Amino acid sequence: MPTVIVDGREIEIGADERLNCIEAARRAGAEIPHYCWHPGLSVVASCRMCLVEVGTRDAETGQTSMIPKLVPACQTPAKDGTVIVTESEKVKDSRARVEEALLIDHPIDCPICDKAGECLLQDYHFEHGQPERRADIHAFTSKKRDMGPTVTLFADRCIMCTRCVRFTREVAGTGELMVNARGSKEEIDVFPGYPLENKLSGNVVDLCPVGALGDKDFLYQQRVWFLKREAGVCGGCSAGCSIQTEHTQDTVYRLKPRENLHVNKWWICDEGRYGWHHLHDPSRLVEAKRRTASSDADSVEWADIVTGLKADLTTSVSGDGRLAVAVSPMLTVEEAWMLCSVAREIDPQALLAVGYVPTQGEDESFPGGFTIRGEKCPNRVGVEHVIAAFDPSVPRWESLLEVVERGECTAAWITAAYPPAGGRPATEVGSWIDEATAARFAKLREQSAGCLIVQDMFDSPLASQANWLLPSAGFAERSGTWINHGQWAQSFERAIRAPSGVWPEGRLLWNMLERRGLYDPNVIRREAAAASPALAALAEDLPSVGLDLRLQQLATS
Amino acid sequence: MPPFEPVLLEAIGTPESHTLASYRSRGGYAPFEKLLAEKQPTEVIELVKSAGLRGRGGAGFPTGVKWGFLPKDHPGPIYLCVNADESEPGTFNNRILMEDDPHQVIEGTMISSYATRATTAYIYLRYEYPQAWDRLQAAIDEAYAAGLLGKNIKGSDFSLDIYLHRGAAAYICGEETGLIESIEGKRAWPRIKPPFPAIEGVFRKPTVVNNVETMACVSQIARRGPEWFRSIGVPADPENPRDPGSYGPKLYCLSGHVEKPGCYEAPLGITLRQLVDEYGGGVWKGRKAKAAIPGGISMGLMTEAEFDTPLDFKGPGTVGCMGLGTAAVVVIDETVSIVDFLHNSCRFFAHESCGQCTPCREGTSWNLRILERIRAGKGRLKDLEILLENGNAMGMMPGSTICGLADGAAWPIKNAINKFRDEFEDYIKRTNPEGWMVTDPVPALQIVGAH
Repeated sequence: MPTVIVDGREIEIGADERLNCIEAARRAGAEIPHYCWHPGLSVVASCRMCLVEVGTRDAETGQTSMIPKLVPACQTPAKDGTVIVTESEKVKDSRARVEEALLIDHPIDCPICDKAGECLLQDYHFEHGQPERRADIHAFTSKKRDMGPTVTLFADRCIMCTRCVRFTREVAGTGELMVNARGSKEEIDVFPGYPLENKLSGNVVDLCPVGALGDKDFLYQQRVWFLKREAGVCGGCSAGCSIQTEHTQDTVYRLKPRENLHVNKWWICDEGRYGWHHLHDPSRLVEAKRRTASSDADSVEWADIVTGLKADLTTSVSGDGRLAVAVSPMLTVEEAWMLCSVAREIDPQALLAVGYVPTQGEDESFPGGFTIRGEKCPNRVGVEHVIAAFDPSVPRWESLLEVVERGECTAAWITAAYPPAGGRPATEVGSWIDEATAARFAKLREQSAGCLIVQDMFDSPLASQANWLLPSAGFAERSGTWINHGQWAQSFERAIRAPSGVWPEGRLLWNMLERRGLYDPNVIRREAAAASPALAALAEDLPSVGLDLRLQQLATS
Repeated sequence: MPPFEPVLLEAIGTPESHTLASYRSRGGYAPFEKLLAEKQPTEVIELVKSAGLRGRGGAGFPTGVKWGFLPKDHPGPIYLCVNADESEPGTFNNRILMEDDPHQVIEGTMISSYATRATTAYIYLRYEYPQAWDRLQAAIDEAYAAGLLGKNIKGSDFSLDIYLHRGAAAYICGEETGLIESIEGKRAWPRIKPPFPAIEGVFRKPTVVNNVETMACVSQIARRGPEWFRSIGVPADPENPRDPGSYGPKLYCLSGHVEKPGCYEAPLGITLRQLVDEYGGGVWKGRKAKAAIPGGISMGLMTEAEFDTPLDFKGPGTVGCMGLGTAAVVVIDETVSIVDFLHNSCRFFAHESCGQCTPCREGTSWNLRILERIRAGKGRLKDLEILLENGNAMGMMPGSTICGLADGAAWPIKNAINKFRDEFEDYIKRTNPEGWMVTDPVPALQIVGAH
């Protein structure tokens, strides 16, 4: 195994690993500061923050010979015998000098900068900078301009690492950003008439190590040190990008990509990034209601719902009645499993169908290897696996609609929880279900014992017919496991609590199964894994990046 | 007039010297045709190696050795770039060659392309040379018409196309990888090396970048032979196996405060004093010299006492300058303030820094602002320390930048302050009697930038 010597410590790296000195040093626990280098972008070695001393140790003689000058760690490959010195006086002096240079023209307006608190310029200055300014003192100025619909540039905060420029060229493939002018006068800019407008534009804000690129959606909304961060998974499409939900006091403020080389690398799309506003949409359903022949839409307590639902459904399917259940692909595997279990407990013949699968256009791939999926739900695959354990034919939404339309069922439980399409306010876009489709539930209503349960986030033509209208949780309010289009399973915990008056599906179903204590998705996940070969890989706790179900499926087949 | 008979400049001043007919009448293109018919490319490389030719662009790297770095048996294409982005202040020898004897440059390009198996050559011309553009383009057209360029030249299996590419007036385009980026149509930000252009250059293919004067020297070596070339200049030091010597004639650009500024051809190794006195007619107006730039502003500064240094590839380094550079000598007489000189130098580099690497981008503009403040009568002794520190820290040599522009920006600072420190201190104390001793940061001047 190749051995790299970092500050005197020997570490082994993989024989076929192509690491640079930053990555190799990180393995040894030495953090080399850097601005321009990013694992997902080409190497430019221009910020010069990562300069270190490098040499080679001769394998036979054990003699070390160092390169006399400093070299950028980002550009220097770590090979067998590479010696890296990250903390010599020469290196520290060089870092302090780069920090000093970067601050000459920087406005140092941290008190009004959104990046303060997560800014590399701040952090590195604290760690590596000089205690005193030597350059002349400038009056404060600000140069702020729009880059496009999502991003604002604060030109004078920029340190010219060009990560954003490289991102638009190499990953998004749109190349809107460029460097304008020369020397200390140069600035990031867009070409006249071609704003920064692509489906991955928000990533440039994450890439920006300083406060130069501001996300308009987040600008001046919250101080980052108040934010709590919860690892999550994006529910916007079937790609299942790993995200970090940043929130405080049960309010989400922004979503950021979470590095996951198996799924989304370092990126998420704008649709996912800004696709959390519906969680706090004022038109969201937050009250459970029951509509009977005698009364119209009375609100009910959740404790009563647990028993009431069961009672109503049991009555409804007694005799030759039948229950039809739509398992929404927005639910987690655990919630789907509990829903199917509850349904089969009430009616062993219950029809379990995959709920409506929203789609929008085709899959869209970008040069950097990122794909936005046309299937706008996170867990169709997971729901299919769950249903297959109960009914190998895995009925679809359309077959459920046919059964309901023909009046072959006396009760229907439709889980939905769909966010408004395109991430826009619910009042501006139509519902996931149109009037004509809702009208196909007419026969159910005509039956005297007919019972329609709808669980959704927003009002819809179907919701207005429901006997039980239950508000559902949003993606950041659930816990459980989603399985993406490529059989990649990721577990996550809820980031925020559902609004007052809303029980997430998991909690309701847990109680309907008469389990004790608080809803624990891990228990259900293990049960599902034990019962279903397809889900067997979920028996153990999942790694933070998730796992590939297919490996386990191959092993068991 | 000095005894040396010009070779590279032999045709300058003769009528119609830029035409093919004139060049043919001097024996031009016959050497190329002979080499093409009789020698293999590797033999041509050996020929240039044996002549001891070192690149004339500034770094002085042995040309034949550079060609030898190209990968063997590469399927091609291989490119040759002729660096005609002559932007070093004080330098104009390429211009004279291109304007008055373009065929000498083109023949050198052809021979070099044949030697390196390049089938496409780019001449990267700086924007500010419209006449050179016209003359070079006319010469290339003449060469095509005469069957010297194009497919299967003179019935051989060697084909060559030469393209003239006009830059957009940026100093950094003279850096070889900046030039390559610019040819590719990108912003001329120098590339990180390795890989060197010989392995990965224009369009990611093996590429050789040579200076215009180097090309002219190649023509002359082909015509007169390597022995002739080695008979001129300073031989290699037998004590030092790594010294490749300084052979051949060199075009010295003499300007500044001399009686007769101009481009003079002299053997490498002539001293600065000989150049000023014998060629330039001495310092102007009967004054005394104070200092001189030995080879373009980025090479630093020689004091009058150092004028006996030979101007070969080794000489300027012995007195603390960076090197011979482009051999552009700018003489400064005793009336010039060294503060003004350094200010002008810093202004140039702040304007021309490409802005890629932090130390150069921020350092050059910081240096300029300090000099602006000193000249505005607000200087402090501490500023000299900061300038020197900046000078020592920026550049390829300490490793803090990708290309050598920062070294060039640093050298005049280091030389000027180290060699004329008294003058700086006197100036600062005289102009800022109240504040020269202040060490805390001071308010910046409201200055109009370098642009």
